[in-house]
Amino acid sequence: MSWLRRDTSKGTSSEPLWKEEFSVSTADERYVTRRQLTKFLVLTSFGMFIGNLWILARSIFSKTPSYPQQAIARIGEIPVGGVKLFTYPSKDDHCILVRTSENEYVSYSQKCTHLSCAVYYSQEDNRLECPCHKGFFSIADGSVLQGPPSRPLPKIALESRAGDLVAVDIKTS
Amino acid sequence: MTMPTNIDLPPKTRGLTAIAGAMSLIVVLLIVQIWLLSAALESFLAGKRHSALPAAIFSGVMFLICFGLYLFVDRVDADVRHSTEDR
Repeated sequence: MSWLRRDTSKGTSSEPLWKEEFSVSTADERYVTRRQLTKFLVLTSFGMFIGNLWILARSIFSKTPSYPQQAIARIGEIPVGGVKLFTYPSKDDHCILVRTSENEYVSYSQKCTHLSCAVYYSQEDNRLECPCHKGFFSIADGSVLQGPPSRPLPKIALESRAGDLVAVDIKTS
Repeated sequence: MTMPTNIDLPPKTRGLTAIAGAMSLIVVLLIVQIWLLSAALESFLAGKRHSALPAAIFSGVMFLICFGLYLFVDRVDADVRHSTEDR
């Protein structure tokens, strides 16, 4: 590990900082620029490490959110193959409810996991489609069928209560 | 006729070769770190939290290697520049 320690016997410790960072002779310029670029690259590497630590901290300390229960539609309100748009859990979170068969309803976040465009239901192909970059999602479970999105659509958990469809939770995977 | 070896080269050229090699390694490690960060973020957003710890450990190890290579570059730089000044 001797290469880790700078040899101070040659008087480098007494050398002024400006001489270290600014090359007087032209021949030394190649060294200074390379060292400065290396320093920049290592700082970038440190930034990547901090980013990973931030994700780790979020994974450990963020609590599992609890979602409110909200009636979103009456059962039978929309026809088979029809859709209803609503917001859940906040007014800014747009979702889509699809009646896929007589007794089956599915609901997903309307925000595409690629670049957040609004997805819509294609009854002909029985899938959810993002018009921006042709990302297609399965209507059964929200998984990616095709296109640039890498994550499935968050699914809204539904319950049937007294003739109402009630959104109770959001499942991200 | 014999091929010139690295020992035959002047100290400044040898130093530059060593620094270029170290920088190449740092760039490769940095690309892996960028990929690792994007993969960890993608995984976190998908609700899979178990990959965050190994990603952070590997990223830290790669940063330490990069930092070691920087110290090496710094040392080579100082050695070569001051050895030529002494002459």
